[in-house]
Amino acid sequence: MSEQDKILNEVTQNEYKYGFTTDIETDTLPKGLNEDIVRKISELKGEPEFMLEFRLDAYRKWKEMEMPEWAYLKIPPIDYQDIIYYAAPKQQAKYESMDEVDPELLETFNKLGIPLEEQKHLAGVAVDAVMDSVSVKTTFKDTLAEKGIIFCSFSEAVQEHPDLIQKYLGSVVPTNDNYFAALNSAVFSDGSFVYIPKGVRCPMELSTYFRINAANTGQFERTLIVADDDSYVSYLEGCTAPMRDENQLHAAIVEIVTMDRAEVKYSTVQNWYPGDKNGVGGIYNFVTKRGICKGESSKISWTQVETGSAITWKYPSCILMGNNSSSEFYSVAVTNNHQQADTGTKMIHIGKNTKSLIISKGISAGKSENAYRGLVKVVPKAENARNFSQCDSLLLGDTCGAHTFPYIEVGNKSSVVEHEATTSKIGEDQIFYCNQRGISTEDAIGMIVNGYAREVLNQLPMEFAVEAQKLLQISLEGSVG
Amino acid sequence: MTVNTAKYTATQDLVDLYNGNLAMWEKDSPEWMNAARKEAVEHFQKLGIPSSRNENYKYTDLRKWFQADYNVYPTYVERDMEMRELFKCNVPEMDTALVLTANGWYSHKNKAIALPEGVIMGSLAEIAQSNPEVISEYYNQLADNTNDPLAALNTMLAKDGIVFYVPNNVVVEQPIQIINMLQSHEDAFATQRNLFIIGRNAEAKIIFCDHTMSGHRFLANNLTEIFVGENATFDFYNLQNQHNESGNLTSTYVKQAASSTFNSNVATLHGGLVRNNLIVRLAGEGAEANLSGMSLADGKQHIDNFLSINHEVGRCNSNQLYKNVLDDRSSGAFTGKIHVQRDAQQTNAFQRNANVLASEKAKMNTKPQLVIDANDVKCSHGATVGRIDEDALFYLKSRGINDKEARLMLMLAFTHEVIQNIRVESLRDRLDDLVEKRFRGEISKCHNCAYRCG
Repeated sequence: MSEQDKILNEVTQNEYKYGFTTDIETDTLPKGLNEDIVRKISELKGEPEFMLEFRLDAYRKWKEMEMPEWAYLKIPPIDYQDIIYYAAPKQQAKYESMDEVDPELLETFNKLGIPLEEQKHLAGVAVDAVMDSVSVKTTFKDTLAEKGIIFCSFSEAVQEHPDLIQKYLGSVVPTNDNYFAALNSAVFSDGSFVYIPKGVRCPMELSTYFRINAANTGQFERTLIVADDDSYVSYLEGCTAPMRDENQLHAAIVEIVTMDRAEVKYSTVQNWYPGDKNGVGGIYNFVTKRGICKGESSKISWTQVETGSAITWKYPSCILMGNNSSSEFYSVAVTNNHQQADTGTKMIHIGKNTKSLIISKGISAGKSENAYRGLVKVVPKAENARNFSQCDSLLLGDTCGAHTFPYIEVGNKSSVVEHEATTSKIGEDQIFYCNQRGISTEDAIGMIVNGYAREVLNQLPMEFAVEAQKLLQISLEGSVG
Repeated sequence: MTVNTAKYTATQDLVDLYNGNLAMWEKDSPEWMNAARKEAVEHFQKLGIPSSRNENYKYTDLRKWFQADYNVYPTYVERDMEMRELFKCNVPEMDTALVLTANGWYSHKNKAIALPEGVIMGSLAEIAQSNPEVISEYYNQLADNTNDPLAALNTMLAKDGIVFYVPNNVVVEQPIQIINMLQSHEDAFATQRNLFIIGRNAEAKIIFCDHTMSGHRFLANNLTEIFVGENATFDFYNLQNQHNESGNLTSTYVKQAASSTFNSNVATLHGGLVRNNLIVRLAGEGAEANLSGMSLADGKQHIDNFLSINHEVGRCNSNQLYKNVLDDRSSGAFTGKIHVQRDAQQTNAFQRNANVLASEKAKMNTKPQLVIDANDVKCSHGATVGRIDEDALFYLKSRGINDKEARLMLMLAFTHEVIQNIRVESLRDRLDDLVEKRFRGEISKCHNCAYRCG
């Protein structure tokens, strides 16, 4: 594992330090953040006036805010003036062919069962102009267009559907929501926009991963999904392969709006570079994800598998505004070595007869810290609200930590809120049972962990689930003994 | 007799009240108490009166409770209290030794009670002078003045309270009932500081009864430090029954040695604002802490139980069971933090918090927390907020029990689970009885409790 770490380290850390190609001089802005930079970003992207105002407003609010310190995380100081906030998203290929890529990394890809073309892309190998994915992309774009579904990059959406963007941007996560949300709102580079029209059921799973040309949207990503009445979409973010990235700080925002009887299922697999065995390097993943069930009987479901990043700060939440709306949150968070995760959800019950379900599974190994933090809030007028939360933690070593910080605020008599949490380790008898049947301790732990996380993995779309299972096992490699 | 009638409104006023009357605060206190004061005042100034910005006081903003013009008593004031009233507070058929405090001061009317040889029960102010060697090395060793403003404030202003010392191998069979009374002809702020030292293999039981005896506004800030020696058993019960204009802030710091047992129960029947901090350190292997509590709130009461259980070494057990029934516009809060420190292996730590909202406007906020840094542990917590089980209600009604009575039965059953943990039978019965009366609305104003409880 240490060897693999080293390679991952090399792949993720040592490249692209100054690697942006600058076809046009103005594509890369200087380091630092000020009003001029924000204006410049907006100008470079050719944005309409309302976008500039939105960004400037966010920037001014950000300036007044302080970085939050309440999470159970040790975050080294971040110099926000030492970051390049805008650069052309083009990259230079690092290797000429697959033969140059480190075999250990390829092995990891193979373990995960990633197709060759994708492997090339992920490893940074120059890809042929006629790549499979391109055709895949075009075919499904046609299918979507037929149904009236809009699925495009955020920049495209700003140009082509400014009315929708103006209406929904920042409507779920306001610019002053929190420090990182304000920062993202000021400088976000790109992201995805999805609009599902009334009565349409999206025929395929939408994924950023397929949209390869937009996959590298940089560190300040913004996703906006709007599902109109009676529509349905399942959206996938991230991928299971170890993602290299030259940016240490990631502050993304995801906003979801569901109208009457609409349903959005949002699945994430996050496997950013977690730093090496000694906790050096790694991505800081500070994400604000929130959905609003605006219409009656609408539904938002979050599923996340978090295995990467040195520090994760992420609370996919849901505001249950429409009557009879419901939300689910399924999460598996794995931390190993020196990783730290503070993740969970917020369920805000506002409408009548709203329901929410929280299933969170934390697995810690090595010297890592893994915390669940959640809020269930029932406002006084939320008649008959119902919540059930279960947060289990599994400890795989005696130097890691597993923490649970639930907040339950109930202001309505007719609501029922339940919270349960347990912390335990893998029983020696369970391992012994497997050993006895010829299964090595490492495989046994992999099996037990997968069984433990099954409830969540089952929620993932099929092909994702298979990869995620393998990912869990790989993430924990070397944590035994 | 000097009565300081200085009035204050905020943190700085309290600090000024202390600094401006330094001689009065330090008078009659030994050097080690005054040294603690000096340190505490700095911490208090820095921390300030807790607001909801303080994570530990998120759901209980104390600032407005400190706004009133209270009178403070840095010296003993004799109170006229009819002993007859006191006996009414007594638990009938319970053979207890009775001790009285008034506005934080050990009453000079107390008569010596018969206790086994070597056991000391008396006034902190007095024992600090007469037997300083018994308490000086324990005093202020547990109170977290650095981080908790209420602890710092108490250490800063503490003059008197109860000292209870049980030597090694001594068993005090008879439960000791301490009645903490607030009585004044003006609005008052009281500070009481208690120190309980239970020796090796010793056993004792203390019952605190917090009462108000006059209708004025009160704010009490009490702090108790408890040392439970190796293999010792200590039961600490607290019955809180104060009128709804009073604020009762209690902080209890406990340190347990190996194989010791600490049982605590706090029952809040009345009180405008109640905040109970209970911080337990399991510092010796095999120690066990059983902590329970329940509250019944109505009107605009606010009841907040804050617990922090620290498993410092392995092989310790802790159990928490807290229940609240909230009616009218009352609000409740609960925090139950379990911290299992690194290498505290083979820990068992359990926690349950259950709440019933009985009215449209009642509110409950709960924060059950687990912070676990060891892997060979069994820890769990559960928290629920809900209403009376409709099926159970239907079952009872189908058997001819009317709605009101059926609800009452279910409520009693709900709270009885907590009360049954009390190991003094007569107190247990008494509490069941009081709870029933409370649910039936037969106890309404507590400053009259002497006339209505009996």
